[in-house]
Formats: sequence, C-alpha cells, structure tokens
Amino acid sequence: MNDLINIFLNSVFVGNILLAYFLGMCSFVAVSKNIDTAIGLGFAVVFVLTVTTPVNWLIYHYLLAPGALAWAGLPDMDLSYLKLITFIVVIATMVQVIEMLIDRFSSALYAALGVFLPLIAVNCAILGAALFMVERDYNFVESTVYGFGSGVGWMLAIVSMAAIRIKLRYANTPKGLEGYGITMIVTGLMAMAFMLFSGITL
Amino acid sequence: MVSKMKITKSKAYKTFTNPIWGNNPVSIQMLGICSALAVTVQLKTAVVMSLSLALVVAFSSMIISLLRKHIPRDIRILVELAIIATLVIVADEFLRAFFYDISKQLSVFVGLIITNCIVMGRAEAFALSNPPHLAFVDGLGNGAGYGSVLVTVAFIRELLGSGKLFGFRVIPESLYAAGYEDMGFMLLAPAAFIIIGLLVWLQKSLARD
Repeated sequence: MNDLINIFLNSVFVGNILLAYFLGMCSFVAVSKNIDTAIGLGFAVVFVLTVTTPVNWLIYHYLLAPGALAWAGLPDMDLSYLKLITFIVVIATMVQVIEMLIDRFSSALYAALGVFLPLIAVNCAILGAALFMVERDYNFVESTVYGFGSGVGWMLAIVSMAAIRIKLRYANTPKGLEGYGITMIVTGLMAMAFMLFSGITL
Repeated sequence: MVSKMKITKSKAYKTFTNPIWGNNPVSIQMLGICSALAVTVQLKTAVVMSLSLALVVAFSSMIISLLRKHIPRDIRILVELAIIATLVIVADEFLRAFFYDISKQLSVFVGLIITNCIVMGRAEAFALSNPPHLAFVDGLGNGAGYGSVLVTVAFIRELLGSGKLFGFRVIPESLYAAGYEDMGFMLLAPAAFIIIGLLVWLQKSLARD
C-alpha cells in the first residue's frame, strides 16, 4: 500500500509528467489561457490516462513483451518493437470509445469534456505515461495508480498555470516576452516549486 | 553567382529556410516543445534527437505527400499516424542497434516523436497539399529549425551545468581552482523552461528589427 501511495505522490509532485518530463507541453501552452477550458481538459486527461495506462499494460504483458505469447504456444516471440504503434492505436481507439460512451450515458459530462477528447489522442503525456510504465516495470495495479497520478499532476499544473496567466494579464511584461516567453519562464518557476517536494516518502 | 541567385530564389530554398528562423517550429509556433526540453541536458543526446526527428519528419512528409491523392479524407489522421509510427520504430530500432548508450539516455523520447506536434503539423499543413520533393525539403527545414533550438539549449545547459561540451571538459581546471563552480541548476528541469523562455524573448526582439 505504501508503495502505491509513493508512486501516486511521486507522479503528482516530484516526477510530475509535465514539469519534470515535459510531456503534454503543446496543449499546456495552448489551453492554459482560460481557466474553465483548463479544468475541462485536465479532467479529460485524468480520465483517459486512468483508463489507457492499464489497458496498455494488459496488451503489453499479454501480447507484446518478450515471451508474452507463451499462452498461445509461442514462447520465443518478442513483439516489443511493435509497442509504439500498438500504444498509439490503442490510445486513439480508447479515446473514440470513451467519447462514444460518455455521449451515450452522460450528456452533461459530454458537454463538458467532448471537445477536448479528440485533442487528447495526440497529447504526448498519454503515450509518455504508457512508455514510462513499460520502462519502469510497474505491475498492473501500480500502472493504474501511476496513470491516475500522472493525470492529476498534469491537471494540477495546467490549472495553476491558467490561474497564474489570468493574473499575468495585468502584469507589465517586456515586449517580446509576453505570451509564450513568459509562460515558459513561469512554468520553470513552477517546476522549481514542485521539485521542493522531492525527498518526501512514506 | 548566377546559379546562387537562382538557388536562393527557388521555392525549395524558401521552404527550407523559412522554418529555421522566421517561422521556427519550436520558438515561434510553439510546436514540439514536449521533447525539446527533456533531451537537452547534453549536446550529444540533443544532436541525435534532432537528427532522428528531422529524418522522420522529412520522410513522413514525403510519403504522405506521395499518397495524398489516395488517402481518404475521413481516416487521414489514422493513416498519417501509422506512417509516422512506422518510421519512428525504424529510427528507434536503428538507435538501439548502433548507439545503444544514447538510446538508453533518450529513453522514451524517441518513441514520443510520434506524438510530436511538428510531425503531425507538417503532415496536415504542408504534405497534404504539396508535391513530394517540396514536402521532403519542408520536413528537413522544420527538423533543422527544431534542431537549432535544441542544440542551442543543450549547449547552454551542458556548458554551464557540467562545464563540458559533447562530454569533453572545456572549462579549464585552473578556473575551478580559482573558485568557479558548475551551476547544478542547469541540469534540472526548470532550467530548460527558463532558457527556452529567454530564447523566445531574444528571437522575438531580434525579429522585430
């Protein structure tokens, strides 16, 4: 249990997928202008990450990993080189399926997240989390927690950024630095603040 | 001289140089920053990453442009992703076979070229409506623009952070003896954000003049 809490805390703060590994920057810069859209996209990312990371884990460990096809009588098969293309297809498909399910069962949620879901298929944070999960050898439960934690960390970062950018509108930034430039510098300062959490273990 | 005039005026030349400075994918269009920051602790990884990206963009643009009249519009994103993913797998396996150490250091970031917005962006915005040779050149140009930012950031970070360039010590021992110290901060993630921010500022100020 402690392990799981550690993985969660680490993926939210110290190993924040955006501030420490720079994943999902594109939508981060583009969407953090407005706090409502930032919250919407944040929830969508948490949702998709929590669903796709364990699904990718199952696919990797029962179809692609070296020796994973032993159940089908092919113990020497190593399909791990296919993981990139498989993961991206799984993510794109899952996003489609989730979109359809939400549309069918909850129109309120669809109204809130619907626009953001297609954007997410190409968000590097989703693919990044799947690849990190393979690289760090997490088991099924750990990768679910890791996916959820990364999503929460990403959402925390984009929502705080959106809040800061609202205040920044009234700041007197030098010409040429406003917009993109100052966003990057503020992100750097935020990343520094998040690093202060390092060393906290349970 | 005459031939040089011709080269600088040709469409291919403009397609190549435009993304390097005036319309740089990373510092002006804000594309592909995801991976740009993570691999810039050392020059070596930055160079390898830029080369892989440039080749993937160039070839994916060329292939998509060759197929542009045959790809059905509704599923074009899926087709593009499949082409890009295949090329990235080739690049990844190549690095793993011949440059294993660097491939270990780049870890997941070579794979993340698939979701790099530059690749998809060029496929959508340029390759679908232009002939193959221009698409190839456009891909190379965008790769070079991306690479120039990456190498600049990596140069600053490696020089100030560990006093080395390409792994060789360039700051002399005598300076260290005189009390100079490496800035450990440069090796951490926040430094990359701040350097990119300052570079964007510099470029925007220069571009206005």
